[in-house]
Amino acid sequence: MADIYDKFSDKLPGRILEDIKAKEKLEKLTTVELTKVLERVSDEFEKSKVVPGEAVGLVTAESFGESGTQMTLDVFHFAGVSELQVTSGLPRLIELFDARKIPKTPEMEVQILSKYAKDEKMIRKVASKLKELTLQDISTEFSLNLMKGNIEVKLDLTKVKDFGFTLDEIEKTLKEKLKKVNVRKLTYGFVFEAPEGVFELTELHKVKEKVKEVVVRGIAGITQVLPVKVGSKTIVKCAGSNVKDVLAMEEVDSKNVTSNNLFEILDSLGIEAARQTLINEGLSIIEGQGLDVDVRHMLLLADLMTNTGTLKGITRGGIAGEKGSVLARASFETPIPHIINASISGEVDELKSVIENVMVNQPVPMGTGLPNLVFGVEKKTKELKTEDKKENKEKIKK
Amino acid sequence: MKKQPITKKIGAIKFSLFSPSEIKKMSVAKIITPELYDREGYPVDGGLMDIRLGVIDPGLRCKTCSQKLKQCPGHFGYVDLARPVIHIEFIKHILRFLRSSCAECGRVLASEEKSEKFFKELESVEKNKTIKDKLTLIRKFTNTLKTITKCPHCNAKQQKVTLEKPVTILVDGKRITPIEIRSRLEKITDDDLKIFGLNSKDARPEWMVMNILPVPPVTIRPSITLQSGERSEDDITHKIGDIVRINQRLFENINAGAPEIIIEDLWDLLQYHVTTFFNNSVAQMPVARHRSGQPLKTLTERIKSKEGRFRHNLAGKRVNFSSRTVISPDPKIKFNEVGIPVAVAQELTIPERVNEWNKDWLKTLIARGPAGYPGANYLIDLDGKKKKITDESVEMILEELDFGHIVERHILEGDVCIFNRQPSLHRMSIMGHKIKILPGKSFRINPAVCTPYGADFDGDEMNLHIPQTPEARAEVELLLDVGNHIISPKNGFNIVGSTHDAITGNYLLTKKLVFTKEDAIRLLASIGVYSGADFGDTVSGKEIFSELLPNDLDFVGYAKEFTDDSDDPDHIVKIKQGKLISGVIDKATIGEDNGRLVRSIYSKYDRETALGIMNNMFKLGLSTLLYRGFTSSVSDTDLPDSITSKNTKLLNEATGKVDDLIESFNKNKLESLPGNTVEETLEIRIVEVLNKVRNKIGKQVSDSIKENSTIIMANSGARGNFLNVAQMSACVGQQSMKGKRIVGGYKGRTLSTFKKGDLSPLSRGFISKGYKKGMGPTEYFFGAMTGRDGLMDTALRTPKSGYLYRRLANSLQDIRIFSDLTVRGADNEIVQFVYGEDGLDVSQSEGGTINVDRIIKEIRGR
Repeated sequence: MADIYDKFSDKLPGRILEDIKAKEKLEKLTTVELTKVLERVSDEFEKSKVVPGEAVGLVTAESFGESGTQMTLDVFHFAGVSELQVTSGLPRLIELFDARKIPKTPEMEVQILSKYAKDEKMIRKVASKLKELTLQDISTEFSLNLMKGNIEVKLDLTKVKDFGFTLDEIEKTLKEKLKKVNVRKLTYGFVFEAPEGVFELTELHKVKEKVKEVVVRGIAGITQVLPVKVGSKTIVKCAGSNVKDVLAMEEVDSKNVTSNNLFEILDSLGIEAARQTLINEGLSIIEGQGLDVDVRHMLLLADLMTNTGTLKGITRGGIAGEKGSVLARASFETPIPHIINASISGEVDELKSVIENVMVNQPVPMGTGLPNLVFGVEKKTKELKTEDKKENKEKIKK
Repeated sequence: MKKQPITKKIGAIKFSLFSPSEIKKMSVAKIITPELYDREGYPVDGGLMDIRLGVIDPGLRCKTCSQKLKQCPGHFGYVDLARPVIHIEFIKHILRFLRSSCAECGRVLASEEKSEKFFKELESVEKNKTIKDKLTLIRKFTNTLKTITKCPHCNAKQQKVTLEKPVTILVDGKRITPIEIRSRLEKITDDDLKIFGLNSKDARPEWMVMNILPVPPVTIRPSITLQSGERSEDDITHKIGDIVRINQRLFENINAGAPEIIIEDLWDLLQYHVTTFFNNSVAQMPVARHRSGQPLKTLTERIKSKEGRFRHNLAGKRVNFSSRTVISPDPKIKFNEVGIPVAVAQELTIPERVNEWNKDWLKTLIARGPAGYPGANYLIDLDGKKKKITDESVEMILEELDFGHIVERHILEGDVCIFNRQPSLHRMSIMGHKIKILPGKSFRINPAVCTPYGADFDGDEMNLHIPQTPEARAEVELLLDVGNHIISPKNGFNIVGSTHDAITGNYLLTKKLVFTKEDAIRLLASIGVYSGADFGDTVSGKEIFSELLPNDLDFVGYAKEFTDDSDDPDHIVKIKQGKLISGVIDKATIGEDNGRLVRSIYSKYDRETALGIMNNMFKLGLSTLLYRGFTSSVSDTDLPDSITSKNTKLLNEATGKVDDLIESFNKNKLESLPGNTVEETLEIRIVEVLNKVRNKIGKQVSDSIKENSTIIMANSGARGNFLNVAQMSACVGQQSMKGKRIVGGYKGRTLSTFKKGDLSPLSRGFISKGYKKGMGPTEYFFGAMTGRDGLMDTALRTPKSGYLYRRLANSLQDIRIFSDLTVRGADNEIVQFVYGEDGLDVSQSEGGTINVDRIIKEIRGR
């Protein structure tokens, strides 16, 4: 049976072959039938292939553009807990296509290795290791001593105990994270002093704000966690995202970490991962709205946004601003700067894309505007000319 | 015969700066006076409306090219400026040049090695990357030069150059005049200019400080004559008038040796006028206004934004041979036809060249003239002269008519046209139709093509275009026709299919109707498909439906009501050799968006046949309803008293449960769900209870109502669903906003009739009655709230999604499949090696793939 497939392996794409293989087992096809099926499928596939000249880009734009008008503006979608809101619908789609540096609601899904997720207690422990805990969260008072030029922090000792800290541990992390400040331990908290002399008043405020935000435990940026069981897997849904630090944790199954922050994925896992994230996110938004757009459109858009190795948004600063043609750029947004810059560097617009040809009333290089007829022009015109002259002369004589 | 002019193709457009000498060379007049007309109203020589600059009055001839109005393209003039001024749009570039070049020797503040290295980098970027990358690289490099304080070439100390917005440049805090700026810019060598990305042939920095100003031709700034006979000049004419006036005064003062202060003031004023001539919305520059206080629209404003030259005139074109009117439905015409009123048909024409074979026919058309139908409106003779056909001219035209003339004849039945409805969101918004001439004053379309256009008949208007060339008509017939757009390229499902009554009709027909032989034949004949099939005395609906199908069609599919455990044979639609063996036809088989039978037919037969079958199905559905009659009435939603009381009981129970929940919450006995506060838990539990009761009521309603017209519509998928029925007859249900029950309004309560902190279903938007019985005042209010919320959502969403669409279309419009089947953009950059990773065209697929199941069934079936 396998050699039958081999014959068609270059005629049919893998996706369809897999489909047939599955159906073959299910329907218990005979060899004869299978060959027939494969022949018919490859016939139909050949007929259904895209043709050169097809404006696939515009079809993609239309598919998303038209679907966009049917989406809701409702910004939030709850994932069980009210803090775990996720932007959805049109606002999220716009954000995604813009390739914004930070999404409005960053979010991660982290799978925990099974050996660290044997029971509730273990899971909760891992989850708490993920959730960011700042000094502010476990203290009751930050007081500035203007005379001494230092900051005194009173800790909420019951909370400290609840979270399973000892003061020494906290002191250690504080010392690690605050290099330019001296940390002194008290029985009820800490004193932060300048390494030499005293802090100036303005400086004191800055240091205070900095000290407040020091992460004493967990991963910076992750503000809320919610462990859920999906089948046999344990997944922690997180509000906030910090891919780099999460991947470094030993409890985390690093192969099953997702984030909706494209740039974090790009930085830590590379452009291919960012492209896949883009595709997944895009499809899930469309699906979440109960709409149906083919994968191919999402693939094309994702490929366009990532094909240079960096993430480019569908904005005037991204793809639309990087076109080779001056007129195409000018017709989109901010025409004046584009024309000015083009004129001083003597740019030439070769009228290769659609919009410029529309401007000068010429056929666009797409679809039926592409084919040309080639014939021997010179020969024909010469013959015609002599004939014409003869005719003219005769006419004049008459 | 008149020779067709040789049309040239524009190969490329180059952008560069005008040098002062070029401006002088292209100019035909020197403008020396701000006056426009003399006492006789004739344009003054050397004035702004000088007839050497072109003509805007009918009858006059241009002094430069001796052509008449509309033939003369207009010619530039110039103004000699008494003192140079800065061109505002280049101010940033001028600043860049001054900062990165030496004040003494004019060389770029980079050593030879440094610039050498930069050039190499620039070269590689130019080759491999986009223009944007090149500009950023140049900007980066020139920025590093800003801070250099000593010239590496002549060792001169460099002063700091700053810009005092909008147009004043300071060196070391002191103002320098445009003359000084110009002389500094002149010193920069041609070689050094390359560092800034300039080519000395295209642009020299000193050209950005202008000592000569081009005056645009009058043809781009025509004056309009008001009804009173007064002339009103264009904004640009006004502005140049200001410039010339100040310029003359400046000249006079300089020649008279006026004090420096006065000259400087006038110079600044000149700078102001020239600046606002180019751009009247510069930050920190007062806006130049009309006497009425309305801002002048100068050059930049003409180009910019949606109403500017680019987006309004260049990217958007106006067309002739088009028509627009209200649309109305006509289910009797074909999917790919459009009904056109005679009045419209007499106005729209097709050019037809006279030849041996059509001469007599065209003569009859001309004889009928524009008032008859079918007639003709114009004749274009061998010289290309257009003659209107009127009662007076018709005889002469008929006599002169010869081969090679072009007759603009009325459109006829069977001609093709392009039909469109805005907003044109996808390619199915503009499709090709065949013309059908009908009485009336509206365009008629088959209701089945409402879906692709997004049209309804509540006053919608649509546009119609008549293609004028054979090439265009061929494209319309072969590519644009409705038959080619049955499958949406968005997801590979059919966007055209039977709708509403057509579905109901086919459903009834195939489910239970039985006809006498005569009635069956009458029904089929009424839609024009009876081909003399042999019927028995009684004919079932299934047999009639089978008459539409080709004899070699095999199909297996499921009806809409099919569930995994249903054993009703009517839930499985089986067609064998063109005979409907079992199953009812409904939305799942012939409806829009994944009607399986439509898909099967579409992929098996050619477009014409497939469209014909779909057409017949549609008509059969309607004819069936006409034969049988179909009425939905209010009593369809009547419930037996027993059910009504059961529903009330269910509602009371639910209210009781909610009360219990609230009470246990008040007593702090409610246990919170994981990850939620107690308040949130209460809310979740209440919503749960209310949803449950609504579903229960819905179930009861659907179980108790006997099959009637309303239910038939829901069952067949023609319109509505059981939820709607339940809402009408029993209970509307919870109104929600932002995914929550209604909150807010007054403090702690939604409306002033309720007590503060009331969490009961009634006070939070639960409507316990049905639409038929009617809602209470508060319930009605909550219903109105969600209704308004929906309206707002639509109103706010439209511009947002519209902008997203514009950006997407602009970024993706150049991407197409190349001959090697790779996907590339306009700059030849590869986006995908194979489209969609398999090269399958979605609009030729079945839901994005090849339907292997169908193929297996077809092979097995044989």
